Amino acid sequence: MEQYIALIQGYTALGLGIIIGLGAIGACIGIGIMGAKFLEAAARQPELIPVLQGRMFLLAGLIDAAFLIGVAIAMFFAFANPLLASLG
Amino acid sequence: MAGSSSEYIPHHLTHLKVGEGFWSVHADTLIMTSLLGIAFLWMFGSAARKATAGVPGKFQAFIELVVEFVDGQIKEVFSGDRSFLAPLALTIFVLVVFMNTMDLIPIDIPGMLAGAAGAHHWRVLPSADANTTFAMSITVLLLVIYYSFKAKGVGGFTHELFSAPFGNHPALWLPNFALNIVELLAKPVSLAMRLFGNMYAGELVFMLIALLGFAWAGALADGNILGFALGFIGQVLLTAAWAIFHVLIILLQGFIFMVLTIVYISMAHEHH
Repeated sequence: MEQYIALIQGYTALGLGIIIGLGAIGACIGIGIMGAKFLEAAARQPELIPVLQGRMFLLAGLIDAAFLIGVAIAMFFAFANPLLASLG
Repeated sequence: MAGSSSEYIPHHLTHLKVGEGFWSVHADTLIMTSLLGIAFLWMFGSAARKATAGVPGKFQAFIELVVEFVDGQIKEVFSGDRSFLAPLALTIFVLVVFMNTMDLIPIDIPGMLAGAAGAHHWRVLPSADANTTFAMSITVLLLVIYYSFKAKGVGGFTHELFSAPFGNHPALWLPNFALNIVELLAKPVSLAMRLFGNMYAGELVFMLIALLGFAWAGALADGNILGFALGFIGQVLLTAAWAIFHVLIILLQGFIFMVLTIVYISMAHEHH
């Protein structure tokens, strides 16, 4: 019994690392590309900064969302693992 | 109150449930959402009743700022009649911001108050409950469907459902329809999961930081003054840092929910 629990916990921990790690990579690349383009556009046309800033924050939230959903699911599995419940 | 660090987080993630199985409701979520909704209505209602055309007070100026901000956001993407969309967007924005702001309350205070009132569990953050976020996003979906029918008529909307992305050909009706249904259903799911995921993760980070409390309490019990000081100062600094960063997320998530609602409803008005 105990080794089954350990097995599930081990695989879950690996899964959590992959979820958060890959999500973080994607979100960071996305934010990086968007931030670079924003700075480029702001340097080219400084008068557009107020318009672009609002949209940049909106997109930052959208880019972050998938990552944070992943973090939330990972955290859920870390603290209340539903896969362990089936062992009974 | 949870006794040990391993019980602390699962305890704080448990809702105050009323009822059994499928027909159970989360009383804490319902009560908090109702209270915040009343707070929103009272705040904006009293500002509207006391509004003067002369020099506005600070409170009125603040409310006007919010209302004009929301109205400006709608004007950018939607050119039609704003008499329904503007109040809807304002309600969504302020309610989501109010709900998310509950995350900034130190996480053990609501639990202690609820415990004093006899409840064993109390999650103070309604938007970290998927039921709340899905309720809001499904309402948005129903409004999108209603406005699609209203703007295009029953025939127009049905025609669009069956012929929109690929073209009007009997062989393409089924793929078109399947794609449109997926598109319609993806909207509420992404809207709800985005808010829920952000707030759930944010709440959990506060809880993880609060686990330091067990560490410094244990160090104090052992007489380890350095460990106590480091743990205590670390907890205060980490909580403050995360709370300050979280203010951005709180406002941003309300803003995103509002803007996407506006975009979806204005898309429902567009003809293909």
